[in-house]
Amino acid sequence: MSASASDNRAHRPRGLFLDRIGKAAAALGATAASATAGANTSNGYNLPVGVTQLSRDIYDLHMEAFWICVGIAIVVFGAMIYSLVKFRASQGAVADTTMLHSTKVEIAWTIVPVVILVVMAIPAAELILRMEDMRNSDLSIRVTGYQWKWQYQYMDAGAGIDFFSTLKQDSNFARELHSGIDPNSVPNYLLNVDHPLVVPSGTKVRIILTSGDVIHAWYVPDFGLKRSAVPGFINELWFKVDPGKEGIYRGQCAALCGRDHGYMPVVVDVRTPDDFKKWVDDQKAQLKQAAVPTSDAPRSAQALN
Amino acid sequence: MAQDLAHDSAHDTHGDHDHAPTGIKRWLFSTNHKDIGTMYLVFSLIMFFIGGTMAMVIRAELFKPGLQLIDPERFNQMTTMHALVMIFGAVMPSFVGLANWMVPLQIGAPDMALPRMNNLSFWILPFAFTILLGSFFMPGGAPAAGWTMYPPLVLQSGDSMPMLVFAVHLMGASSIMGAINIVVTIMNMRAPGMNLLKMPLFCWSWLITAYLLIAVMPVLAGAVTMLLTDHFFGTSFFNPAGGGDPLMFEHVFWFFGHPEVYIMILPAFGIISEILPTFSRKPLFGATSMIYAIASIAFLSFIVWGHHMFVDGMPMAAQLFFMMSTMLIAVPTGVKVFNWTATMWRGSLSFEPPMLFAIAFLFLFSIGGFSGLMLALTPVDFQYNNTYFVVAHFHYVLVPGAIFGVMGAVYYWLPKWTGHMYNMTLAKTHFWLSAIFVNVLFFPQHFLGLAGMPRRIPDYAVQFTDWNMVSSIGGFAFGASQILFVILIIQCVRGGQKASAAVWDGALPTGLEWTLPSPPPFHSFTVAPEIK
Repeated sequence: MSASASDNRAHRPRGLFLDRIGKAAAALGATAASATAGANTSNGYNLPVGVTQLSRDIYDLHMEAFWICVGIAIVVFGAMIYSLVKFRASQGAVADTTMLHSTKVEIAWTIVPVVILVVMAIPAAELILRMEDMRNSDLSIRVTGYQWKWQYQYMDAGAGIDFFSTLKQDSNFARELHSGIDPNSVPNYLLNVDHPLVVPSGTKVRIILTSGDVIHAWYVPDFGLKRSAVPGFINELWFKVDPGKEGIYRGQCAALCGRDHGYMPVVVDVRTPDDFKKWVDDQKAQLKQAAVPTSDAPRSAQALN
Repeated sequence: MAQDLAHDSAHDTHGDHDHAPTGIKRWLFSTNHKDIGTMYLVFSLIMFFIGGTMAMVIRAELFKPGLQLIDPERFNQMTTMHALVMIFGAVMPSFVGLANWMVPLQIGAPDMALPRMNNLSFWILPFAFTILLGSFFMPGGAPAAGWTMYPPLVLQSGDSMPMLVFAVHLMGASSIMGAINIVVTIMNMRAPGMNLLKMPLFCWSWLITAYLLIAVMPVLAGAVTMLLTDHFFGTSFFNPAGGGDPLMFEHVFWFFGHPEVYIMILPAFGIISEILPTFSRKPLFGATSMIYAIASIAFLSFIVWGHHMFVDGMPMAAQLFFMMSTMLIAVPTGVKVFNWTATMWRGSLSFEPPMLFAIAFLFLFSIGGFSGLMLALTPVDFQYNNTYFVVAHFHYVLVPGAIFGVMGAVYYWLPKWTGHMYNMTLAKTHFWLSAIFVNVLFFPQHFLGLAGMPRRIPDYAVQFTDWNMVSSIGGFAFGASQILFVILIIQCVRGGQKASAAVWDGALPTGLEWTLPSPPPFHSFTVAPEIK
């Protein structure tokens, strides 16, 4: 798999594109899928619209709040600027020292903001209710944060699939102090892992989130998802990627978790349900082969409980 | 009562006037509100530069992708210590310093009510910060788990952890003593005839801030003490393996932390309410509703802490409650901004340096307020949380908010303190450089956060390069501009054109501080003024 058309959507391809052509072969490495470009839908200065219903609703709420703030700013800053221009002592303005207070005006500018807030709060509350609705999920995955990697353990159809996801080697070399490697030459610098989380599109996926050591946060901007992974606690979240939006989605740990907090990306590979099923079968076949001679003792020692 | 106390104090200290200690003893053993106020302000200025140096290191490392200067662990120490030094070393002591100088002058008192405690509360601070900054030289370096000190990460700290905890204890003790002193002074030492509603807004904002401090600093002390026993004495307050709860720390911390946010902005509200009427030549619009607004904000600050923890997992009802209570804060804050605007409306404005800082405060603090309102919306907060959007938000309220408030206050009262006018051209240069570059520094961070760059990372994906470069350039320029501030203060202390008692003669300075000569006598009001 080479750099795909979705490359154009990566918000800053400068220096990356040529390098990717050159390095595509090298980057094919362990997981073919991880060589594709990020399908990040942010334009580089605003929230991504994302690829789930929830992320689009979040984006809409964000823009609504933004434009309300712009409206208020135009009125308030306009009044301030008008005063700064119109009422200057140097222009001979004389202060109206009788203007001490006005109960009517003060009540008005207490009530109006309350009304605006209610207008903002209603869609926000409605959205919270939908985000918290964990029912009827089709696939559950237990995600555990560790310093500094993620463990993905599948349930339901993927039961038995269990692996760790860590920063890809090329990023890991380039990120060292005085590495001498130009980060622009590394494909998806700091946002690439050896084994991404693979999920099907059009399916309600429930993430069951916890941590094995300190607090981490699992964050995929394009899904509108961020929750803390807290040791001793289970946090639930869900997403359902629109069919047709298959691709690689990238995020990062979003809670300071120690020295290498900046180096534990979250990469999700969204595939069609058919491709996902193939991947699951493939993984299970490999598991069967591997299960005979080896023991999974080290892994179970690291698991929770 | 107030009259008696004022009278007694005036009587007791009468003899001291001619025998005040000189040299180092004047400062070491000082019980004088002005000398202690000066020490607080100088201390906070030094801390502003130490914290600022760390910020420069952070911005230099983030100038381009890849690690160029420091190890990730050292980077985490920089962000952690930058926050601790700026919050507890720069912003809070500068407000206490201003209160020390101005509260007795504004209420017509000879000094603070508890002068020896005043000395103690200041002199604790250099020790607290020696301990805190000394942790840089311990094995493992300074604290690196963020100023929020979340367990279990903070429990992985090395020898710096007990130093952090004891430094926080000392700062807390200092703040509580300072706050008690301000409450006692305001409640007991107002000049006859000055009832609470006639009191200047700066004193009002500090009275309410002082109650916040007394309420929440012990909570922080308790939280860090539990960290200490978890680390050293085998308790399990926050350790899930022992039945503890890491999220409980976050609840306790933010029960302190959110009122703390208002501790760092309410005195600035008071300062702006002093400066704007003076240079608008018009009384503050709706002064009484301004007081109620500050009180409402203070009350609400106790019931909104959960908005810092939306992503940590919270029952739906709690998400809804904290979202709505947080949004409510916009109402009294809006009242304040509207009243300030109305104060300028139909005024007669002139643009001396304190007024410039006050106007910049109005615009830029409002921007921080807007992003705050957006952050209050729980579903969107899931996107904003722990990204540079949050960094941009709180720096907008703290730098062009709190810090510009302090700078405005210094430019407003410095001639009163020193008896000299300062260099107006230099002051305006400092203002314009600060006001421009603070935006170059922090505005692009909104974009970075929205595009998905997490905070507290030493290195970033290459698509974040451009805005980080812009932000760093703004940071270096903003940092360098602050050297002008120091030069100006030193010049002004050394000499300059004599300032009159009212200082701002052409404008409309109101308040008792302008009735005393500049600089005021050692024991401020030895005879209590009469307020009609």
